[in-house]
Amino acid sequence: MTIIQRRWQARPVRLLAALAIAAGAALSGLPAHADEPTAPPTQSGAPQSSEAPRVDLVLDVSGSMRATDIQGKSRISVAQQSIDEVIDALPSETQFGIRTFGATVPVSDKARGCQDTQQLFPIGKTDKVEAKTAVATLRPTGWTPIGLALRGAAQDLGSGQTTRRIVLVTDGEDDCGPPDPCEVARELAAQGTHLVVDTLGLAHDDKTTAQLECIANATGGTYTDVRTQQQMTDKVKQLVTRAGDTYKVTPVKTTGTDRCPDAPLLAPGVYSDREKFSEHRVYRVPVRAGQELRAAVSVSLDRPVARDYGVLLQATDADGQELVRGTDAASGRTDVLSTGVRWSAPGKAPSASASASVTPSATASPAALSGAAGSTVCLIVSNSLAPQAGSQAEPGLPLELTVDVAAASPAPDGPAAGLGRGWVLLLVLTGAGLLTGLVFGWLARWRIAVWREN
Amino acid sequence: MRHLTSTLLGLAAATALVPLTASAASAASASPVAASAPATTAGTSFLTATKLAAGQDATVAASTGDYLYWAFTATEGQTDTVKVNVSLPPATDRHGPQTWSVEVFDGLRRRQSCTTGPQNATADPATASLHLNCTLRQVRSWAEPWSGDPLPGTYYVRLTTGDANAQDFGLAAQVELHIGSKGDADNAQPEGGELKAPLVPPTASAAPAAPALAGAQTEHHWYSDLFSGWNTRWFWTAGGAALAALAGIGGYTLTRHPRGHRRPGRPPQYPAQP
Repeated sequence: MTIIQRRWQARPVRLLAALAIAAGAALSGLPAHADEPTAPPTQSGAPQSSEAPRVDLVLDVSGSMRATDIQGKSRISVAQQSIDEVIDALPSETQFGIRTFGATVPVSDKARGCQDTQQLFPIGKTDKVEAKTAVATLRPTGWTPIGLALRGAAQDLGSGQTTRRIVLVTDGEDDCGPPDPCEVARELAAQGTHLVVDTLGLAHDDKTTAQLECIANATGGTYTDVRTQQQMTDKVKQLVTRAGDTYKVTPVKTTGTDRCPDAPLLAPGVYSDREKFSEHRVYRVPVRAGQELRAAVSVSLDRPVARDYGVLLQATDADGQELVRGTDAASGRTDVLSTGVRWSAPGKAPSASASASVTPSATASPAALSGAAGSTVCLIVSNSLAPQAGSQAEPGLPLELTVDVAAASPAPDGPAAGLGRGWVLLLVLTGAGLLTGLVFGWLARWRIAVWREN
Repeated sequence: MRHLTSTLLGLAAATALVPLTASAASAASASPVAASAPATTAGTSFLTATKLAAGQDATVAASTGDYLYWAFTATEGQTDTVKVNVSLPPATDRHGPQTWSVEVFDGLRRRQSCTTGPQNATADPATASLHLNCTLRQVRSWAEPWSGDPLPGTYYVRLTTGDANAQDFGLAAQVELHIGSKGDADNAQPEGGELKAPLVPPTASAAPAAPALAGAQTEHHWYSDLFSGWNTRWFWTAGGAALAALAGIGGYTLTRHPRGHRRPGRPPQYPAQP
């Protein structure tokens, strides 16, 4: 009896120990589990470019800059003081330059005045004293050839793989056109030189506002109406900083076709293209079995379009069978219209080593990817945009396509392989345990009673 | 024996409490820590969106008519709320009402619905500030590829001036953004669901997909399908089993040894050994 009792005591102790270990393991393991799904967006794939951020400031020195309507100071002096402060605060890696227009030819000579734009200070490592001296010598003189100045600034900035910024400071609309500055901006953006034009207006009339906003919208830039000197200084500083933050984010240029079989094959990445009103652009992406295709598309509205609009991204297989579609529609003022799709290729993923060694690339042949190995998905981008009266159809609207291929996520099997959770579960289990104990207890009593009788 | 039973009961109670403490601990770790200084920048496109850390606010000097983009990361089970406060330009410079709106997109740039608002608001020229609000749906742990349900990954916030008097564009405005989140992975639906790779867009360059795939691939064993990984269900189930065992012992004791079975002076009468 004593031996039995001792064993009877030893068992729960062991059970206690086991439970304590389990609880300890659980407590130490849980925070790790909670942290697991956090995956911050990474910049690991950014191009390893040695280029520096480049900013060209285009300054209006036309006669109207003499007007004294900003806090009692003349427009040109406000601009000069702000630029001085900006030059003082330039980030060390930023290459900064200044171009002027209307600085030399007087108002009396329109023919020459409308060609009047010069590089005041070349883009490069800025000698701050020299740059400030150059700015201080400027006197308001002539005409306002904004379009030509923008073209000149684009040439100053040169071509390259990174995004360049033009900061346009002006107080009036282009009085020289053609070329219309807004069309020049759109044309520069379409050349694939990754140009962004930010505009600052010193005059507050409707026409200037509309024109500067048009230039900004055409290139994905911003428009600011300058009311105080502090505002202008802060804004230009912000734009220069922004150039340093974002200049490396540049999509790869591609050209979609109108048919699937000869569409370009895309590897994961970000691509840019142009799409006209009601045009279809088709791209192909190889997707292996057990992989998931993720694609997103954005169409920028860089010119006035009709009030309601939409975009459609369709994924089809090689035979034209639709797999999935993403769509978005809206109305009113917006910069970009975007949508995305996910699609999982059926089948099981190959082993880790196999999938790591073979990667989809732009050169992979579609034949090699057909059959059990996977398939090639066609992405068709179409839009339901209509031009407003007077909107140009050429060049097409900027289109940005993001393609990614990730491991497919199969449907979950259901809650955690038969495990339960909740107070009801505890209650039911305890109740069932009690009932079982009682039944067995009564059975045992009844058996002993019967046994004792015999 | 009585002492032992009480210890055992106490431990069972402690075991039952484990899920609570555990979930509280994980909630604490998932909740945003009062983070770094507010960001002072905003992007102007999806690609250049300013990335905000968990709990980080943004305070940006903007112009009326700017398109401002921020990006933040949401994890499964989380319900995020985007709050925007716009200090409008001085009333003397304004000519008409302004409408501002906040929109949220997921990592695939798909528009996400707001469950509460107001997502857009109109201010008449006399109003000094605007408040916008957008509570997203709870982020799911898994969703069918064909659905637009919110999934773990990057989310984009876009603030726009939808409508304003043409003369009012470009005026200086101050924007404050706050993103709050509540909930954690324990509440994520569907249970047992897992998105192998979060919806994080690839970066600008056309980088090969190999690292992402290799990272997502976990080793597969014969028991992988049986064992669903650590979650609080293990503690609930184990606690329930312990309670059931105790209740069983209790029930058995109640019937097998009824009160007074060990009456003093009356030893138990076992039948004689054969």
